[in-house]
Amino acid sequence: MRTSYLLTTIVVLALGSYFLGRSKAFAVSKSCGGVKALHSLPSHYGMWTALWCAVPALLVFALWNAAESPIITSLVVAGLPPDISSLPPSKLGLIINDIKNIISGNITSGTPSPAILQAAEHYRALQAISVNAMTAVILSLMVAAGITIRNRISPALKARNKVEKLIQLFLFLSSAIAILITVGIVLSVLFESIRFFKAIPLTDFLFGLSWSPQTAMRSDQVGSSGAFGAVPVFAGTAMIAFIAMLVAVPIGLMSAIYLSEYAGNRFRTIAKPLLEILAGIPTVVYGFFAALTVAPFIRDTGGIFGLSVSSESALAAGLVMGIMIIPFVSSLSDDVIHAVPQTMRDGSLALGATKYETISNVVVPAALPGIVGGVLLAVSRAIGETMIVVMAAGLSANLTANPLKAVTTVTVQIVTLLVGDQEFDSPKTLAAFALGLLLFIFTLVLNIIALYVVRKYREQYE
Amino acid sequence: MDQPATNPAIDKVNRGLKRRYRAERRFRLCGATAVFAALCFLFILFFSIVSSGYKAFQKTFIQIDVFFDPAEFTNENLATANFPALIKASMSSRFPEVTARRDKKDLYYLISPGASFQLMKLIKNNPALIGQKERIWVSANDDVDMLLKGNIDRTRPESERRINDKQLAWLDTLAGEGKIKKTFNMAFFTLGDSREPEQAGIWGATCGSFYTLLITLSLSFPIGVAAAVYLEEFAPKNRWTDIIEVNINNLAAVPSIVYGLLGLAVFINFFGMPRSTPVVGGLVLTLMTLPIIIIASRASLKSVPPSIREAALGIGASKMQMVAHHVLPLALPGMLTGTIIGMAHALGETAPLLMVGMVAFIVDIPQGFTDPATVLPVQIYLWSDSPERAFMEKTSAAIMVLLVFLFLMNAVAIFLRKRFEIKW
Repeated sequence: MRTSYLLTTIVVLALGSYFLGRSKAFAVSKSCGGVKALHSLPSHYGMWTALWCAVPALLVFALWNAAESPIITSLVVAGLPPDISSLPPSKLGLIINDIKNIISGNITSGTPSPAILQAAEHYRALQAISVNAMTAVILSLMVAAGITIRNRISPALKARNKVEKLIQLFLFLSSAIAILITVGIVLSVLFESIRFFKAIPLTDFLFGLSWSPQTAMRSDQVGSSGAFGAVPVFAGTAMIAFIAMLVAVPIGLMSAIYLSEYAGNRFRTIAKPLLEILAGIPTVVYGFFAALTVAPFIRDTGGIFGLSVSSESALAAGLVMGIMIIPFVSSLSDDVIHAVPQTMRDGSLALGATKYETISNVVVPAALPGIVGGVLLAVSRAIGETMIVVMAAGLSANLTANPLKAVTTVTVQIVTLLVGDQEFDSPKTLAAFALGLLLFIFTLVLNIIALYVVRKYREQYE
Repeated sequence: MDQPATNPAIDKVNRGLKRRYRAERRFRLCGATAVFAALCFLFILFFSIVSSGYKAFQKTFIQIDVFFDPAEFTNENLATANFPALIKASMSSRFPEVTARRDKKDLYYLISPGASFQLMKLIKNNPALIGQKERIWVSANDDVDMLLKGNIDRTRPESERRINDKQLAWLDTLAGEGKIKKTFNMAFFTLGDSREPEQAGIWGATCGSFYTLLITLSLSFPIGVAAAVYLEEFAPKNRWTDIIEVNINNLAAVPSIVYGLLGLAVFINFFGMPRSTPVVGGLVLTLMTLPIIIIASRASLKSVPPSIREAALGIGASKMQMVAHHVLPLALPGMLTGTIIGMAHALGETAPLLMVGMVAFIVDIPQGFTDPATVLPVQIYLWSDSPERAFMEKTSAAIMVLLVFLFLMNAVAIFLRKRFEIKW
């Protein structure tokens, strides 16, 4: 909790230095003919002082907190008796965990030996020293910076330009975070995937026909061969996405056409927000709906016709996913249909075409690239959708074309492989990252194509 | 003079007219059916959730006469007393005819195991009760609750229901004496998760959601607005900013589970942050909502007319002053709307949080950003996996609460848009 006090102190000091700098600016302006003689507004001088006070202090704070734990740990390990500190790293890690547990008052594994208790004491002492030292360094830094900058303030100091440069740097860094996120995604999945492909060859993964990621814990275990052929997983994903598209594209497209071409104003203002509610419902709710209502309904209906339907059928998951995507397709198609110029419709109607003929021969062909782009975006959404399939689709990787059977998808496998305990050296865990990499690449390619098509199309009519 | 309509082209048109109008009507009907079907799905969805969950807002209580036997409270620490024994004793004294071991077990089953905690609290607050007989309402077991709500069919054969004939008879006796009541289910809103459905509540998950969203909001709003301002107002038009722009559009369409993988690999494995905590969940959701907020904020900045900017620059404002004093205040309502929609998105998100370990079974209410916690949608997922019938009801009820939150957030966003929207 001391760190939060320190943070508050930093903020208060920075505020104080703002007023210090501002009053200094007023003071120096008096001797040379009023505020107008200053290069910048007095508040800019205040901001300049405050920034110099706060930014270095916060940087030191962040660095110190990041470096503190490893340094103290290595110091404590160096202070341990030689018989403990010479243990292999994995055992040493356990002991360090014990030490940290003692400090935070948690339960340790077994009764700690006196040497470990002593180390914990050592750790606590070092931690106290570190916090005190950090407080001292930061406070003195702030005071020093405040005084130095305050003494520097003169009418010629270009405080505004300096402050604005700094703010602009912050703005730039914020927008660069977007790049950082992408790099982070690529690197994080790529590294683990490379480790996976070292254990399992890429061709086995991409073209193998059997998927059972349970690797054997013991070598004599039965039935846990650990096969990583991802074709059944891809096939399941494709089937569910296909069923979803069969539901979403006709309904979404037709409702977009109806709402924008036929419906009256009143009906549109009611129906459109209602459709958008479908888009705002969390996916976990759809998943529950699929498992609670749709899957039993399909199973019972199938039973009437004498079909054996799995209770985790691809049909149920695909159907509900389609419902989820309807508003997505309809709002994207609505946009592109609206972008078709009214003159084209008028021209067609003037030639005596009915409204239906106008739509099917003029409006839809003109909007087709945009609609295709929207459908591609919807496909990428269906493939990446997780909760519905986790709750309503199965786990067993069947390679089948029967939508009434249970299939599994990429996202389901990622979730089941990674939820719960995991060790980062088994191919079972790493397989999830390989699947994640494929998912990312595939959706990225789809998105890029779709965005390109949509943008290209939009330019055509603008 | 009659003009005979002998123009063959007109004839041809007229002959086809009926067919063409039919096609027109058919198409129109198709469109109306599509809209109707979509609205039907919406209705079925809400109906199935509400109909299976509205009963969860009520809870069954049983009245028992507990004698706080002083013999049980010999230990200094009153909490160590055998409270379950007190309840068993009171049930036995109410039904003295029950003597067989098996029957007794069935009888005690009617009362929730959480009832002993209720007694413990009672004694803790008022130790003077020891040695007295007190008439209190304790919560019933979830199966009793289900029976009284009509979710267990009395007419089914005994082996197929979770309440047997004897228990039915006892319950009917109690009900005849007015010792069973259903009241508003406060516990659902004030307790954390539990293995016992009657003791499970959503307060823990709500707190977890709150802390997680607080982190998300405090990071993604400033960063998102700053990024949008840079891209819209300051960025030079070059390849670098083009890349950033394409990148942001793509990030908005990356599947959310990939963000979970990122969080797992970077925050937990690389930086060693604690698993299952609102900090990590909030960070992952920040990355996920950032693109949404940036895109909305840019649209909002774009809608501020250039004349405002030119006027500010014309009277001598610097570019930064122009943005901070004139453009930002005008664009802020739109940015806030986008942020609220992004937050609503984050509130309903489940998949990436599964990856960073927020699916743990956590009973305690989280007290801060680094306590293990779960969030509302994950709680829904966890409950939906539980086999007990009572949890299904709880799941639907939790969904209703989540939807109410989302509805409120969206209502605020729409209100902001309507209230502060400026038509230039």
